[in-house]
Amino acid sequence: MIAIVDYGMGNLRSVEKALQKIGQTASVTADPAEIGRADRLILPGVGAFGAAMERLRAPGASGTSLATAVTDFARSRRPFLGICLGMQLLLTESEELGEHTGLDLLPGQVVRFDVSEHPDLKVPHMGWNALQFPRASPLFAGLSEGAQVFFVHSYHCVPADASVTTATCDHAGPFAAALQRGNLYATQFHPEKSGDIGLHILSNFVGV
Amino acid sequence: MVSRRIIPALDIQEGRVVKCVRFLNPRDAGDPVDLARLYDAEGADEIVFLDITASHEKRGIILDVARRVAEEVFIPFTVGGGIRTVEEMREILKTGADKIFINSSAVRTPDLIGEGADRFGSQCIVVAIDGKLRPDGWYEVYVNGGRTPTGLDAVHWAEEVARRGAGEILLTSMDADGTQAGYELTLTRRVADTVPIPVIASGGAGTLQHIYEGVTTGGAEAALVASLIHYQIHSIREMKTYLRDHGVPVRL
Repeated sequence: MIAIVDYGMGNLRSVEKALQKIGQTASVTADPAEIGRADRLILPGVGAFGAAMERLRAPGASGTSLATAVTDFARSRRPFLGICLGMQLLLTESEELGEHTGLDLLPGQVVRFDVSEHPDLKVPHMGWNALQFPRASPLFAGLSEGAQVFFVHSYHCVPADASVTTATCDHAGPFAAALQRGNLYATQFHPEKSGDIGLHILSNFVGV
Repeated sequence: MVSRRIIPALDIQEGRVVKCVRFLNPRDAGDPVDLARLYDAEGADEIVFLDITASHEKRGIILDVARRVAEEVFIPFTVGGGIRTVEEMREILKTGADKIFINSSAVRTPDLIGEGADRFGSQCIVVAIDGKLRPDGWYEVYVNGGRTPTGLDAVHWAEEVARRGAGEILLTSMDADGTQAGYELTLTRRVADTVPIPVIASGGAGTLQHIYEGVTTGGAEAALVASLIHYQIHSIREMKTYLRDHGVPVRL
């Protein structure tokens, strides 16, 4: 069973519907026990980093926070996918609206796009943009360089270990569009909103 | 580099797509989900739904439309028309819609922009601005479907909505809308140069060249298209091929 973490941030239904489209059953849940039992976990999310961490860290009815449940799952070697804000939350800290610490499952920083030398570029980075693959990842099996996916974000991840970057994209310079270390997968773009290519990526995740 | 977007706009009345022909009543043009699926297959980058349902009791129908679209279409879509409260935004976003847009209510209650952005994130909040050229060269914001002048300067208002937390601006020129004579490039460029957020050009596209001008001379990140595709003058694929052949990055 695939669990989608419901922590009150953003568009969970889209991820669930996309998984249904590729023939998977998913459960949208805020229950740490159900997260613990899942075969695969997806941490989606849009919104602000600090508010998201606050919700994840809030103790649940059982006393266990979602942050603990998500961290335990990530360390269990079962496949884990963070999407957009759900990718950024895996890192050590973010500078979005002040300094906030993240789940620190992947060392690195989340920083704002600097477009000061690119007056024609906008923040948020919103729309379809092309991926490059600096190293192979099962998540992108069957895709060609230049495949376009949908992004909407104002901050991006800078992993401490550049070798975890499995896809890059360009907006005022290259940035990390996807990360992977072992069972931990993360995409800055929204596979659930990236048409057929996005559904293909989700199918790949279900197959890893 | 981020691709320039082509965004079909669908007017929805009581759950059906309508085409408004000048001097005639809205005419039924089909099921919104079928059309959304068709435009997705043709390469639309996003879809915008404008709810023009007049009756307040029937406004819930748009939520059902959005739910069905979310089950069938896996590209971003935006819903707007008549949204007045953060709660109404939440109901729409909960269906699986990615963004909402507000227009008149943003002018009446500017705090709505920031409240929506704080609650759901800036990326969800699109502010639609309808501007009309005044004889002395500035553009005035109109609300209530273009019926009511506000005295606001469209460029200043755009700057303010961006500062208040809007993630994107849907900019319609009332002078150009329906003319098929091209987007209002002066207004579009002024707003695009003023705000740090993306601008969607709307109103007036009648040829492929107009779309090209909107995203180059006009400085828009995206072009909203309605009549061009509804009347099958050009397909989305033709628009994108034209842009690509003229050096504009697109998703094809």
